[in-house]
Amino acid sequence: MSVARTLPDRLDSSSARLFKSWEALLLLVAVVIFGVNSFASPHFLDPWNLSDATFNFTEKATIAVAMAFLIIAGEIDLSVAAIIALASTAMGAVAQTGAGTETLVFVGLGVGLLCGAFNGLLVTRFQLPSIVVTIGTMSLFRGLAYVTLGDGVYKGYPADFAFFGQEYVWSYFSFELTLFLGVALVGGLILHTTSFGRQVQAIGNSPLAARFSGVRVERVKFILFLATGLAAGAASVMLTSRLGSTRPSIALGWELEVVTMVVLGGVSILGGSGTILGVVIAAFVMGLVTFGFGLMNVPGIVMSIFIGLMLIGVIALPILARRIHARLTRRV
Amino acid sequence: MKNLLARREGLLVIALLVLLVVIASRFPDFLAPRNLAGVFNDTSILIILALGQTAVILTRSIDLSVAANLALTGMAVAMLNAAFPGLPVPLLILASLAIGLGLGAINGLLVWKFGIPPIVATLGTMTVYRGSSFLLSGGKWVNAHQMSPGFLEWPRAVIAGLPVLSWIALLVIGLAFLLFTRTPLGRAFYAVGGNPTAAVYTGIDGGRTRFMAFCLSGTIAGMAGYLWVSRYAVAYVDIAAGFELDVVAACVIGGISIGGGIGSVAGAVLGALFLGTIKNALPVVQISPFWQMAISGTIIICAVALNARAEKAKGRLILRSAT
Repeated sequence: MSVARTLPDRLDSSSARLFKSWEALLLLVAVVIFGVNSFASPHFLDPWNLSDATFNFTEKATIAVAMAFLIIAGEIDLSVAAIIALASTAMGAVAQTGAGTETLVFVGLGVGLLCGAFNGLLVTRFQLPSIVVTIGTMSLFRGLAYVTLGDGVYKGYPADFAFFGQEYVWSYFSFELTLFLGVALVGGLILHTTSFGRQVQAIGNSPLAARFSGVRVERVKFILFLATGLAAGAASVMLTSRLGSTRPSIALGWELEVVTMVVLGGVSILGGSGTILGVVIAAFVMGLVTFGFGLMNVPGIVMSIFIGLMLIGVIALPILARRIHARLTRRV
Repeated sequence: MKNLLARREGLLVIALLVLLVVIASRFPDFLAPRNLAGVFNDTSILIILALGQTAVILTRSIDLSVAANLALTGMAVAMLNAAFPGLPVPLLILASLAIGLGLGAINGLLVWKFGIPPIVATLGTMTVYRGSSFLLSGGKWVNAHQMSPGFLEWPRAVIAGLPVLSWIALLVIGLAFLLFTRTPLGRAFYAVGGNPTAAVYTGIDGGRTRFMAFCLSGTIAGMAGYLWVSRYAVAYVDIAAGFELDVVAACVIGGISIGGGIGSVAGAVLGALFLGTIKNALPVVQISPFWQMAISGTIIICAVALNARAEKAKGRLILRSAT
């Protein structure tokens, strides 16, 4: 690119920067969708309805917070949906032996952690590219679920296991929504206020420079894979509890939606930048869109077209806008 | 360098032979020429898709939309055939190539003109193409009785002992070999993936080369769409769901480096044959087909680990000769 780089005389004021930010744009989109939906259906604004609407994205969004860290650090985990399937299968198998809810949660989270550790080990110890590794483990984890279950199904979860996917913690706040908001808050604090968060961003910008600055790159990445596995395990607990049954095809294709959420949230797919706030707003945008479509009886596969277009659009539009902007300013 | 590549393909040949011997030790009939030809025919579509994917991966990209492209093109061609049974089959094949090319070009443009990372662009188009197949068909199936006899019989016709489907695979292998090793475009694939900066200095347009790779992969996926629909005599929205992973797996097993610039036609073909043999052998040795997914996952991980080791060795060699 032969564009001359000039330094502006003064930077935008902080309020102007806030106004121009990706998060502000997303928030605007969310408000518009909110408005359209409440016009389209008179029941949309009912608080219980809105609370219901959160169930279809909180599980994915919880993973998206962890995935955001991973993508900011320049890695990716495409095996998250397969981890959900394997963890759910493990919980189902244990539930058949009459185990209690605590054991099931322990098993679900444990399988998630183990899968995350396996991914992390392959990527950091053996220096393998995470895209291919997690395509492989995606096949492996879900394959193990198929080997265990075949075309069968696990049912018969204990009654109080339904708490995680169906109950409310306080007034309109379901357990799922509360956990997601909690994870997002903690994630946001870690990413934006701690040295660990700075290290994650540094690794995404340049792993080599980060290493020379004393960042233990491999260890940080390993922790991020662990966290993503754990988040997938938690999502598995909630999803299994919500559905009350396990099939090996559970959460099929969710990895795409989680990655879309993260990228839509303004996290650079090349690593190095992004905010948790953006991811949270993106989660709400996607949740509201799919829920709105659901109210209008749009089939799921048409929603997936929309999500695919959104994924491409949110990356292409800023590039297009920048190019048009550059052309206009050159002419002036 | 040449030795290293030769060795990796050699390793694959040995692995394939060992696999065959193990299967044959319990089921000697598996090695009957008739059965082996059947395995090859069954793997043909995977082989040609893997060759298209190879071009893309060589340029440091990835095309996850091939299976969705296959499904959309297959559906479009099947519906054309059902609506106008009079259309000659060659015309339908041309249509499948054109539709596939168009869908591949969209991927290519997104990567070239908008600078969208290939994995994101094709993840997006993957869902869009698959969804469009639903919009096109309204979720309905096109069944065998709606397709014309010519449409169904063409890939099955036997010429010199092999079905046309197998001959198409052999033809694509030959053309891919010529393209990758004997043409400027083929060398450009390697150059752009091997060292993008150096490629620019030698006058190669990286974006355009990637665009061409996506067009190639798309065209091949389109053709595979016709072949798939006609071979299985049915078209519906979910055909070949998840097949893109098998295609990428075949490439990775074949030693095509996901980092770009390394790989060969022989590798891709052997990788696809390795997967195809396992898939065909599982029912023969009476292992539940549900194992297939876990096995291919394990093989992908092992293959990636092997590739990484080979590439690391190459890196050291360069350093040593430089000092």
